[in-house]
Order: sequence, then C-alpha cells, then structure tokens
Amino acid sequence: MNLYELTAHALTDKLHSGQISAETLYHSLNQRIKDNDGPVHAYVLFQEEFPGIQDSAPKKFRGLPVAVKDNICVKGMETTCCSRILKGFKPPYDATVIGKLRSQGMVVQGHTNMDEFAFGSSTENSCYGPTHNPWDLTRVPGGSSGGSAAAVAAHEAIWAIGSDTGGSIRQPAAFCGVVGLKPTYGRVSRYGLIAFASSLDQIGPITKDVQDAACLLGILAGHDPMDSTSGDLPVPDYASALGKDIKGLKIGVPKEYFIDGLAPEVRAAVEEAINLLKGMGATIVDISLPHTEYCVATYYIIATAEASSNLARYDGVRYGLRRTPPQPRKSAIVDMFEETRDQGFGEETKRRIMLGTFSLSSGYYDAFYLRGQKVRTLIKNDFDRAFEEVDAIVMPTSPTTAFKIGEKTNDPLAMYLSDIYTIFANLSGVPAISLPCGFSKEGLPIGLQVCAKAFDEEMMLRIAYQYEQKAGWYKETLKPRTKL
Amino acid sequence: MTSATQQSYETVIGLEVHLQFNTESKIFCGCANQFGHPPNTNTCPVCLGLPGTLPVLNKTALDYAIKVALALHCQINSHIKFDRKNYYYPDLPKGYQISQYDYPIGHNGYVEILSGDHLQKIRVHRAHLEEDAGKLIHDAKNKVSLVDYNRTGTPLMEIVTEPDIRSAQEAYDYLTALKLLLQYLNVSDCDMEKGSLRCDANVSVRPLGETRLGTKSEIKNLNSFRAVKAALDYEANRHRTLLSAGQPLVQETRLWDEHEEVTQSMRSKEQAHDYRYFPEPDLVPFTVSDKNIELIRESLPEEPLKKFERLQAAYDLAAYDAGILIQNPELADFFEACAKQLSPGKKICNWINGPLLQELNTQKKTAAGIPVSPEQFTDLIRKVEEGAVSHLVGKDILKKMIQTGQTAQAIIEHDGLTQVSDNAALEAYVNQVITENSTAAQEIQNGKMQALGFLIGQTMKLTQGKANPKIVGDLIKRRLLHG
Amino acid sequence: MITKNTIQTIASLARMNLPDAELTALTHDLEAILNYIAKLEKLDTSAVTPTSHVLPLQNVFREDRVVPSLTQAEAVQMAITQKDGAFTVPQVIE
Repeated sequence: MNLYELTAHALTDKLHSGQISAETLYHSLNQRIKDNDGPVHAYVLFQEEFPGIQDSAPKKFRGLPVAVKDNICVKGMETTCCSRILKGFKPPYDATVIGKLRSQGMVVQGHTNMDEFAFGSSTENSCYGPTHNPWDLTRVPGGSSGGSAAAVAAHEAIWAIGSDTGGSIRQPAAFCGVVGLKPTYGRVSRYGLIAFASSLDQIGPITKDVQDAACLLGILAGHDPMDSTSGDLPVPDYASALGKDIKGLKIGVPKEYFIDGLAPEVRAAVEEAINLLKGMGATIVDISLPHTEYCVATYYIIATAEASSNLARYDGVRYGLRRTPPQPRKSAIVDMFEETRDQGFGEETKRRIMLGTFSLSSGYYDAFYLRGQKVRTLIKNDFDRAFEEVDAIVMPTSPTTAFKIGEKTNDPLAMYLSDIYTIFANLSGVPAISLPCGFSKEGLPIGLQVCAKAFDEEMMLRIAYQYEQKAGWYKETLKPRTKL
Repeated sequence: MTSATQQSYETVIGLEVHLQFNTESKIFCGCANQFGHPPNTNTCPVCLGLPGTLPVLNKTALDYAIKVALALHCQINSHIKFDRKNYYYPDLPKGYQISQYDYPIGHNGYVEILSGDHLQKIRVHRAHLEEDAGKLIHDAKNKVSLVDYNRTGTPLMEIVTEPDIRSAQEAYDYLTALKLLLQYLNVSDCDMEKGSLRCDANVSVRPLGETRLGTKSEIKNLNSFRAVKAALDYEANRHRTLLSAGQPLVQETRLWDEHEEVTQSMRSKEQAHDYRYFPEPDLVPFTVSDKNIELIRESLPEEPLKKFERLQAAYDLAAYDAGILIQNPELADFFEACAKQLSPGKKICNWINGPLLQELNTQKKTAAGIPVSPEQFTDLIRKVEEGAVSHLVGKDILKKMIQTGQTAQAIIEHDGLTQVSDNAALEAYVNQVITENSTAAQEIQNGKMQALGFLIGQTMKLTQGKANPKIVGDLIKRRLLHG
Repeated sequence: MITKNTIQTIASLARMNLPDAELTALTHDLEAILNYIAKLEKLDTSAVTPTSHVLPLQNVFREDRVVPSLTQAEAVQMAITQKDGAFTVPQVIE
C-alpha cells in the first residue's frame, strides 16, 4: 500500500516508531498530487519543498501533512478564498488552527480549492476553475470545501481542514465519500478563517474515517483569546469516546428531513443506517423540527447580510487586486472601489453581496434581516427542545448524491436548496458530522449526518464511529483509487 | 436684512464630541495606543482589518466609557452590544466601523454648564464607544492620498447632546465645561490639537416660538473651541440670511474653512448614507452589573462645578479664584491641603493663583507634580506674613523651592535673605535713594504721593529685596514730609 | 417586488458599478430568491427575540496590555502601492 493511502491514525504509529520519515511521507503525497490532481483539481497551491517543523513538537504527528482550504490564513502562503480580489495576498500571520497544527509538528501541504469566499455548494465558483469529484469526474465534489473533500477522497491528502457555514464541510464530505465534521459554534477558533458569515462559520476536519476526525478535532479545538466567540471549555479526549457502544442511546429521526425531494436511493441508504443503529441497541425516536422548512430562507438572509459586511474590506486599498476604470465616472477613489470590486468578485459573490446589502438596507431591515434573526431563534428552539428528548439526531447530509458539473450553475435557488439538510447546524450552533452510509446505483457515495447538542461532539463521534465500524463502508471508501 | 429680522429667529445647536481614550493599547487589539509615530508602525493584522482577523474588547476601554457616561449623569445600559456601521472610506480598513447603535453605554444624561452667571443643563442624548479610523494625508502634487492606520482602533467615545444649545457662545461654554469634566476623569488627553478631542456641530435656525427643528447643517473640520464658536456664528447667520430672503436650505455637511472663516459645502457626490447597522457578530454582548456601576461611580472625582461652589463656600473664595483652582483638580487639592495649615483661604489663593502658577509655568511644570509640599508652601506664606522676608524675596524663595525642593527656611539661611527691619540699617539705604532720585523726592514733598512707590521700589532693589517695604515707606515719608 | 432601480441603488451602496446586463440578471435572480424568502412571512415573529449569537457567551475581554505591533515593513508588505511607509490611494478630495 502506498503511504498516501493510509489514514492519519495508521501513519502516526509509523511516524512515531520511526518506521517512516516525515520527508518520505510528504514527498509520497506530493508525487500523488502531481500524478493525480490534474483531472481532480483539488489543490490551488501546494508546497513542493518539505517545510520546517517546530523542534518542540511531539513525535506523534511530526511531519504529518494537512491540506488546508484556501480561506484559512497560512503565514507567507498565498491565501485567496479562490477569489481574484485576493490574488497575491500572503497573510503576515497564521490562523490559530494553523498554529495548533504546527505546534503538533504538522505541515501544510497546500491550499485546496473552494467556491469563492465559500459561496457555493459545488466548488464551481472558484476563480481557478472547478474541482471534479474523484468518484465521477463529470460531477461536482460538493462545496464549498470541495477541494479539501476531493483531496482526501482522491488520496491526495491524508486529511484536510475546511470551513462550514451552511454545510460546506459535510455536503462535500457526503459527495466524496469521506468524513466531514462541523464542530459546535465556538468549539474551534475562527481567528485566521477569512470570514463568510461570522455567526455561522466554523473550521472542521475532513478525514478518511471517524477516528481521524476525532483526532484532528481534538487538535483544532479549544479556547482562543483572539476569538471573542470561542467557547472557554476544556477539550475532551475525543478518541476515548469512540469505543463506547450505543446501547440505550436515544436517537431522533426528524420527519421533516424525509420529504419529497429526497432522492429515493439516499432515503433508502439513510433508513438502512437507522435500522442498523436500532439493531446496535439504540432507541430510535420519531421527532419533529417544525421550522425546518424555513432554514434555507433564514440562512440566506443572515449569511449574506454578514457576508456583505465581511467583504466590504476588499476595496483595493491595502492588498490583493486594485483596478481603476479607463474613464473616470464618479470620484477617483469611488471609481477605484467600484472597479476593483466589479472585476475582483465573481458572479455568485456579487449576488450574495447584493442580497445581503439589500436585507440590511434601510426600509428592508425589519422585514428581512431582523425577521431572519427571529426565525433563527425558532429554529434553535426546535433543537433545544429535541435534545431534551434525544441524545443525537440523524438525517441525510444531502437530498441527492453529487450532481453534474454545470447542472445548477444557472439556477442559484436550486443550488441554495442543495444545502437544505445541513444549514440547521449552523443556525442552531450544534455540531454535526457526515460519514458514508452507502452508494447509489451509479456508485456515488451517500452521506449520513449525525448531530448532537452543543459541545457534545463526543456523543456524535461515538455514534458515528460505532456505525462506521459496524456498517463497514470505509472498506469501500478507503479503497485506493488510482485511475483518475 | 434688519436686526429685527435677526432677532425673530432662534438658533438650535447640537454637538457631537469624539473623545479618544488614553488606554495603553487599542480598543480591539494589543497595539500601542500612541500618537505621533511614523505611519503604520502601531498596526497589526487586527487593526489593519486583514482577512480572518477578529476583535477582542479592551476591558479598560469599557470601564473608561462607563466612567465617562456616569460623569455625564447618563443612565447606563445593563446590556451593551456593539454594531457594525458600514461605509467605505480608505481610512476604514474593514469597510465598517465597530460602533454602538441601539444599546449604547449610556443615554439620557446631562452636562451642567455655567453660561454667563447662571447654571444650565445641556442634555446628553447618548454616549457610546467605538473605534477610531485611520488618517489620510493628501499629497496634491502627486494626486494621491497617503493612508496611515496608526490611529485605527483607538478607543473613541462619542458624546451627543440633545439640540439644547441656543447660541455659539453657549456651545463654547458647553465644550469648556465638558472638557474640564473629562479632564477630571483622567481618561483622555482632551487635546484638540492632537485630535484626542474632536467636535462636529449640527446647527439650524427657526422662527422664535416654532417647536419643529429647521433644516440643519452638519459642520466638520472644527479644530478648536474658537473655531466651533466662529463656525456656528457664521452658519447660523447664513441660515438666517437665507431664510429671511425666502431662500431654501438644504440639509448638508459643511466644512469650516479656518482661513476664510466660512463654511463650505462638501458638494459630495455621495448619495445619502445608509450605514446598514447590524449587531457585530464577532463580539459577544456585555452586561454591566449594578455593583460594577456603583464601584465606578464611587471612583468618580468631585465634579468641577460642585468643587467650584464648595470651594467658594468653604473657604470664602471669590468666584474668580475658585474658578482658577478648579481648572486643575490637583491644584484644587493642593489648595485644600494648604488651607488645613493656614487661613484665610484667600491668602493662600493669592499665592497659588499668582506666584505659584507663574513659576510652574516658567519652569514648564504642571500642577500634577508640584515639588513643594503644602506644609512648606504655607510655611513660606507665613514667613512673608510675619515679615521675616519681604513679598518680593518670598517669590524668589518659592522659585528656588520649586527648582530645588528645599524648604523656605533652608533657602533663607543659605542665602541670608532675612528681611531687614532694622531702622538704623535701612535709613542709610533710604538716604541714598532719596539723594539719587531727587525729582521723585521733590514730587512727594509737593504732595504727589504716587512717587512713593517708585522710591520704595528703588530701595528694595538696592537691598536686593531684603528690606521690609512697609518700614521703608515710613522712613521715606518721615524724611521727606516730617524731616 | 424588486425593481432594477432598487438593485442599482443597492449595488451602489455595496460599491459596485454593474453593467446593465448584470443588473438585469441580478434583478431576476434576486427576485426569485426574495420570493422564496417571503415564506418567512407566514410565521408570526412579533414576540420572538432575535438571535445574533447562538452561544450564550458574554463579557469576553482582553486586558489593556500592549503587545508588539508589526514593523512598518511588515505592515505595508502587501500594499498595492505605498509611499514612505503609508498605503497610497488615488487622491481623496474632501
């Protein structure tokens, strides 16, 4: 077996015992990327040279490479959110999570492709061009962390980190047959994550299996004094939670997630997974999350409003792109602002900035932004109530398997609706994980989503791990896929 | 335009004051909060607004803001939050300013001012905390503007009055009173030249008796209190003239041109502002407990105006003297410590507001570090009173005391400055002075007593101030009038 | 419900100067999205408190301590244009 095909937990043993060297592993992956990434296009930048490692770092993870989504700042490494407007921007600082990886001795393999500023569900909105799904190159890998998910699925990364604002880790994980985890809001520092929607964004792991997700989450999590919204709670040993069985646990199944529009194959796979959980001793409870149908609308108000403000800093003054129009229009400075933004932002980015600006603007605020925040309360209350009754909730990650490249690019609303099953976790702040639960007839992976109450990632990981081991889909998903 | 028309209008003014706090670090990051450094040397990824960075509130900035709001008699909101004010400007690196919209630190306060000789309350609508923006320097020759973000993130408090002010003079009085009040709190340099205190003014006029507000102008670029007064006078007049002539006014922002002494429209092509305020998601809400409010309230110094009244009453001081003392709380404290040693207060005041302040000023020292203890200071006054040294020599001694920190007694002994009151010794000096100034002596003999002071002065000079001027005067009169 | 005029105003607020074709397309897209969002009107939210923060965190501070800044060279290393340690932009006329 090639080194790049291994999970992180398999590799840590070899690194620790000195059986393999960090350089060997790094170059093995680099070679894999060179050979394989052409048709996949998971990476937008990768470091050929083996980077230095902190001397103080413990041996366990020394030299283990991580693929990093292009919206997480790495000191001195071009970080662009896959937007023209940030071309050439090299942050003079590391995101907190990058510091945490470095202190463990891990190295950044490169930046992975994404929808511009994480605006999308297919990784087609990238200024570098789309990423292709390693399971079927004519299909999207999901998004917005499509590059990270595709890199892990294509064995071009041992593991990766992404960001999830409305499903951007979980949906691509489901489409690519890997594990993607969105932590509780506040569990992982956002410092250094280039903001999309500040009240929804979270960084999380995308890995080959649940054990790796637990391990990487443990490294990423923890209080950060640089992030006011970071929870000041101790980080549990997630790996030790995995071994416990799930007998007697109450698992909720929300009826609102099994409706028209859910692809029959996905429904069948998820229902089969629920049956398996039942067979493993869990009690399955039918629950209702009555405000589910309002999630997408609420999300697109709140997320775009925050985004319109977060993206105001891209004005051509300090870094990235600057453009001036050939003919003066207003004042020199306003012309520069406008021309820079006209040329620097892609179509979807403009659409979202417009929607967000609209819902905050005078005369529309109450009917849009404020109402969105109120409905957010109702959605959150649904989950608070549900978790009084159950230990975890399971549902599909996405209503469909990976769709064709170009299939939804001309219908923004249809694209937005592909996030219909993942948005709740960002609006209510709870953690959620997606893991493989089968394949469609066409051989495309299907994702099962497990979520637990805020800061109870242990519960979620325990159920996910127990299911994963029992169901055994990892034997399929981890298979070497050499021919791409 | 006749003066009758003038009088039939009322001026309505509201002021917005921005106050920079003198915290060690900036409001949302650890950069030094300092003035006068080379461009972009007090900046970091956070205050440069680099992608991915996040703000964390400086606790001291919030405490200062509560302190100011309490001193303005504001009601303090128990729940405070921050909001984003969205607008584009090159000095605003995030494209929004973190400010406060619907839950400011304080609201419904007032500032008491002494306008003429009557006390008056100017109501404070709200006081909120925000971050300052950077600075633009315009380089017209090269057609560029230079952007320096050192000032970005300086903690800034905005204090907005109700439209309670009725004249430019009253605006000036309000600003004077507010500045003094703020100086007492020690939270800011309050230096308009450095921009740590800034003022924008809203002004409109309306026919007397009208209760609705007229069309207002917002005036910016006011760099001194005097400029505020001049600009408001100018602008109110401009409004009156236009209204009297039946011409329309437009609501607009105008800049004060200090050289031409006129306001000028910004003529900006900007459309009406829509700041799209919404709650800052990167900062959590803050609660201010009653206990915390009480703790800060207890730490507040006595208000200047209260001190003004108390000093007059307790020490029988003239308003003028008390007025000088309260300009500086340390000076007033020094006075009160002295008054424990010696009375009446008026006597001490004469020494503080005269020689002491003069000397501190000459030696470029501040009242904050008067190097003379109240005991030593009153001891000197006593020595002059008792005639041990003359008033003139007393002033010299004070100068040396401030320079060296020595006691009056030590200086007197060292320099041999004991006042000469011995008639025999003084008579020789008096005789010499009369001989050398015969014209003046003649005048006195002719009954023109104005010349007496001159001859006393000459004698003092001759004795290097050591003579007792009262005895000298007696001796001169005796020689010339009765001799 | 939404006119091209409104869209133009919004674009200008967001500092974009979009060509006519883009404005038309955006008007169409936003109309569809806003129609979808209108489903929220079905809910009575009059008595609901808005959620700005999903975590019940409050009073998160830093102490008033100075930490080293970037050097001037580091601060302007990403500058598009600069002069004497300052970022430069086309002249802002006040």
